[in-house]
Amino acid sequence: MAPPRTLFDKIWASHVIAPQGEGTYLIYIDLHLIHEVTTPQAFEGLKLAGRKVHRPDATMAVADHNIPTTNRKAGAAGITEPDSKLQVDTLERNVKEFGVPYFPIDSIDQGIVHVIGPEQGLSQPGMTIVCGDSHTATHGAMGALAFGIGTSEVEHVLATQTLIQAPAKNMLIKVDGSLGTGVSPKDVILAIIAKIGTAGGTGHVFEYAGSTFRDMSMEGRMTVCNMSIEAGARAGLVAPDDKTFAYMMGRPYAPKGAAWEQALAYWKTLPSDPGVKYDKEAHLDAKDIAPHVTWGTNPEQAAPITGRVPDPAQVDDPLKRAFMERALQYMQLQPNTRLTDVPVQRVFIGSCTNSRIEDLRAAAAIAKGRKVADGVVALVVPGSGHVKHQAEEEGLDRIFLEAGFEWRDAGCSMCMSMNDDKAMNGERVATTSNRNFEGRQGKNAKSHLMGPAMAAAAAVTGRLADVRDFG
Amino acid sequence: MEKFTELTGVAAPLPIINLDTDKIFPAIYLKTIKRTGLSQWLFQEIRFRPDGSENPDFVLNQAPYRQAKILIGADNFGCGSSREHAPWALLDFGIRCVIAPSFADIFYNNCFKNGILPIKLPKEICDELMEDAKKGANAVMTIDLESQTVSRPDGEKVHFELDAFRKRCLLNGIDDIGLTEQKGADIGNYEEKARLGRPWLFGMTQKQA
Repeated sequence: MAPPRTLFDKIWASHVIAPQGEGTYLIYIDLHLIHEVTTPQAFEGLKLAGRKVHRPDATMAVADHNIPTTNRKAGAAGITEPDSKLQVDTLERNVKEFGVPYFPIDSIDQGIVHVIGPEQGLSQPGMTIVCGDSHTATHGAMGALAFGIGTSEVEHVLATQTLIQAPAKNMLIKVDGSLGTGVSPKDVILAIIAKIGTAGGTGHVFEYAGSTFRDMSMEGRMTVCNMSIEAGARAGLVAPDDKTFAYMMGRPYAPKGAAWEQALAYWKTLPSDPGVKYDKEAHLDAKDIAPHVTWGTNPEQAAPITGRVPDPAQVDDPLKRAFMERALQYMQLQPNTRLTDVPVQRVFIGSCTNSRIEDLRAAAAIAKGRKVADGVVALVVPGSGHVKHQAEEEGLDRIFLEAGFEWRDAGCSMCMSMNDDKAMNGERVATTSNRNFEGRQGKNAKSHLMGPAMAAAAAVTGRLADVRDFG
Repeated sequence: MEKFTELTGVAAPLPIINLDTDKIFPAIYLKTIKRTGLSQWLFQEIRFRPDGSENPDFVLNQAPYRQAKILIGADNFGCGSSREHAPWALLDFGIRCVIAPSFADIFYNNCFKNGILPIKLPKEICDELMEDAKKGANAVMTIDLESQTVSRPDGEKVHFELDAFRKRCLLNGIDDIGLTEQKGADIGNYEEKARLGRPWLFGMTQKQA
């Protein structure tokens, strides 16, 4: 009998074209998502070598990283920042020249690349999916092997639909039990990263398993998988189940009719076999997970909101201590400060981590009937045109606007602040994005990562707050 | 891609764990559509002061290290964003080799695509190399890829491991895409089989229902 295999092993095996020798393999890529920031140099490379895009029918383009979140009806012509416009114009010229399908920025289908993949039914179980962006792991929530690549690899995939890769190891992340009131999927992944560390998954692919993930919505699974890279894992997967299939059904690019039945039968073979061994494991109990916020400049520097800023003096390793000291100096935080005593000047609800309808509902539930605190600027940036539309159908935009939040068009926005959405003068930000690195949200910006309801709670109190205190 | 055979140069110490690619190359400069000339933004936030002048405390602004060809880093070097602008900027500055106890996967991969050799060595050895690198003009090391050795300033040779495929590509300056195109028949065969087994994946992005 064949030895039991993991979900990752199965997807990997079905995509190996040929051994490359010496431990590396040529693997096939089913879906290539491209955006404006990491592709100009790749298309330039293709042109210089006279190469074509091998499979435009397995490629989808969208601009998201570097576009304004206002005045989008004007399309690319409405972008005023010259470098951003050049990048979007370059993408539009390239997709036209190479025949690649594209969602224009004034289309309702446009959105953050990792939001629209699942939303459109492009990201499907059992696929290999790549994108020149490290948060490609998001699509792992569909049961796909999805990972970020550099621009040279983008060019390689465009030219050949393949990549040269060494197989990853398997790491099981098992969380069981029900999440407490006010505890969101974001808290689950922040707790995981805090436990295993920012390099805890290097060289591995995560499989998130256990009742907590089984009970989690597809949107929640996307939030979790999204941040796999913040623990060092290039990819993170959840086994496809009935929830996955129900989510997929009827989406624009999902298979239909007989093809659906054929696909469904295949997808059902994908979950890891019983008794399979993982190279590494981490276990958490859902009941131990509280709402988290980060206090430092790396996603592993997170703590329950009821906690305090840690003291570097307690750390023995000199490099780790130096890293923590530098983080606290940058964040302008004193050891032992109560996290709920930390004020914020700006709030960002959005990004490929937390900009889906469920995230906006959670934030709106806190914002409803309340006001953004004096001196706080708060942005809500939906993940896609469709998310925005649905939120407006549900009246969420009214709730946000009445509470004093800004309601924007879809894009990456303040997750990396390539556009005009950024923290000014070193402001402190409560953010639902994925990275609290130095300068990520603006010069000297001090970022605190958290879930969407927590960010809304910070907006209305003007400081980091425990969402469980809001009735 | 330029071949990598032997490299002799000054090694600069950069003892910062979790050095992320935002720190190596801030997002705001990702607006470029070029892959050359990027060293002007390398380590922007720590290399320059707010008024644009050089920060004299930063190692690459100090005399012997301005010509550094090698970086000695710490754990989880290059974590975070997949931006290849990070290795492009390092290369443009003149860095051809980074030595650290561990690297983030995507950065590690991206280095090889640009003729930069990332070397993993045990932490104790990296600690010694870090001390070597603090010797200023005397922090000269030689990397010999063929024999997989780092020669320390005192002449002692340290062996490092590297997978054979990547070694061969670097030694010969092989263009990955050209190599893969030689497997065109294998790719064609795979696609034919996949088209039978998983037909819904073909024509997918062009056949919106």
